[in-house]
Amino acid sequence: MIFGAIVAGGVGSRMKISKYPKQFLPLGNSKKPILIHTLEKFILCDKLDAIYIGVHKDWIDYTEELIAKYGLSSEKVVIVEGGKDRNLTIINIINAIEKKYGESENHILATHDAVRPFVTLKMIEDSINAAIECGASDTVISAVDTIVESTNHEFITSIPNRANMYQGQTPQGINMKKFKELYYDLSEEEKNIMTDACKVFVARNQPVKLVEGDVLNMKITTANDYKIANIIFEAEKND
Amino acid sequence: MINYVYQLLTPGLISVKYKEMNLRDKVIVKPTYMAICHADQRYYLGNRRAEKLKQKLPMALIHECVGRVVLDPTNNYKIGQKVVLIPNVPSKTHNKDMYENYEKGSKFLSSGIDGFMREFVDVPADRIVPYGDIVPENIAAICEFISVTVHAANRFKNISHNIRNKIGIWGDGSLAYVLSCVLRQTFPNSKIAVIGRDGYKLSQFSFVDETYFSDDIPEDFSIDHAFECAGGEGSYYAIDDIINYINPQGTVMLLGVSENKVAINTRDILEKGLTLIGSSRSGIEDFKKAVLFLEDEKFRKRINRIIFEDRPVNSVQDIHRVFETDLKTQFKTVFKWNL
Repeated sequence: MIFGAIVAGGVGSRMKISKYPKQFLPLGNSKKPILIHTLEKFILCDKLDAIYIGVHKDWIDYTEELIAKYGLSSEKVVIVEGGKDRNLTIINIINAIEKKYGESENHILATHDAVRPFVTLKMIEDSINAAIECGASDTVISAVDTIVESTNHEFITSIPNRANMYQGQTPQGINMKKFKELYYDLSEEEKNIMTDACKVFVARNQPVKLVEGDVLNMKITTANDYKIANIIFEAEKND
Repeated sequence: MINYVYQLLTPGLISVKYKEMNLRDKVIVKPTYMAICHADQRYYLGNRRAEKLKQKLPMALIHECVGRVVLDPTNNYKIGQKVVLIPNVPSKTHNKDMYENYEKGSKFLSSGIDGFMREFVDVPADRIVPYGDIVPENIAAICEFISVTVHAANRFKNISHNIRNKIGIWGDGSLAYVLSCVLRQTFPNSKIAVIGRDGYKLSQFSFVDETYFSDDIPEDFSIDHAFECAGGEGSYYAIDDIINYINPQGTVMLLGVSENKVAINTRDILEKGLTLIGSSRSGIEDFKKAVLFLEDEKFRKRINRIIFEDRPVNSVQDIHRVFETDLKTQFKTVFKWNL
């Protein structure tokens, strides 16, 4: 079976303009919360058997009310308590899925940031197909800026060839069983530096296939991102 | 939900518009296959008057499209149902005695309002027609085009007198071809003659009774009724030929679109007592009939001959590519829509 996992775990401390976590901020003329825009795109993906949303425990009731308010409550939309980091939220979602649908070697999870509402159906489907094919997938865009590495945060340690550099976005598609096995194989130290699901696969030398993203599939993290997202929602992109 | 709308901003320039879409009241369809119409190509190339382009752009192109239902709050369709999308938007005061496609206040997608080049399309339940799995999507993609000829054939049937021994079709392009297929099945006892200019194209009309080059029509040639499917600069010559060769009291169906005004021989129209009928676009009833035609294997095989399927569209660059391909193909260009 194939599931969606919208990760909305954080409490949004980086955003100063609002006391709400950023996924609940209104976006566009409808003033619909960012999370609702994202969830609606997932609802239109008919490949998904169910969509799980991982939110901070303080916001579970609020999220439930919001989903009901926008008429999106259904058996297919399930809210799960988030963990203390992204991967633990995904683990919580996997546990909830397995509890209801049982374990399977073929279960696929398309994980996505709640704060990337510009995701397209194509990205979701491509990441699912790639995960079915090889176990995991990551949505990326080619790096435009030169990536500079500094391990001491003072001087450059290396400048990798930009042609080989990509910026990671989401969705990330994962084979649930494989992810769990790899994750539990990690040491606590390793777990702490695993910022996302794909990194877990890479750490254990498992293939992660690239899926083409889009610059516009931006992560709304700061007040500035939020401002930009509101502007482009009704504006155009030329090609 | 943020919907991606791929608009033509100015000729040759595609721009993405991010548009709000709510999921509450309309059927949501994921477009899967599309076909290019001459009208779209004219916008894409900028072959319209400057004031028309200014008035109608930016706008998403394409009005020939099929898709599958992904959400239906109206509970009329199953999820996954394959459907043909209807580009005609009837006016709110639609009079059931009138054809919806000619009504004042009706709108047409990809002619002033966004066409189907979108990530998702939201439509009222009566603006889609389901079709069976027997019809491949790349053929169903031109259902709107077929419905236009079904509409013309239907109007012709209602208006023309009953002597239909021979029907002439002027034009050898896609419109003439599909119309010939529809007339062949609608009037099996009538002889069909096609008059064109291109030997290769004319050779495709293997199921009609006669084909002629427009500069080599026999002197004693005559027809009871005629369809003009030339359009453009060819309209003048086609209409003039028709008036010349048609028998008195015949019906002339005009289907070809011309950007410029066309001078016609009214003296002979009067003398022969001819009826000239303009026929354009189609309504839901024509779409339903077109689907029935497509479910007939023989008809479908004939239609399949004029379809060229280009590679799928996965990016904005691919949209440019399919319009370029269409310039080189003789008949209809269709493509899978993956955006």
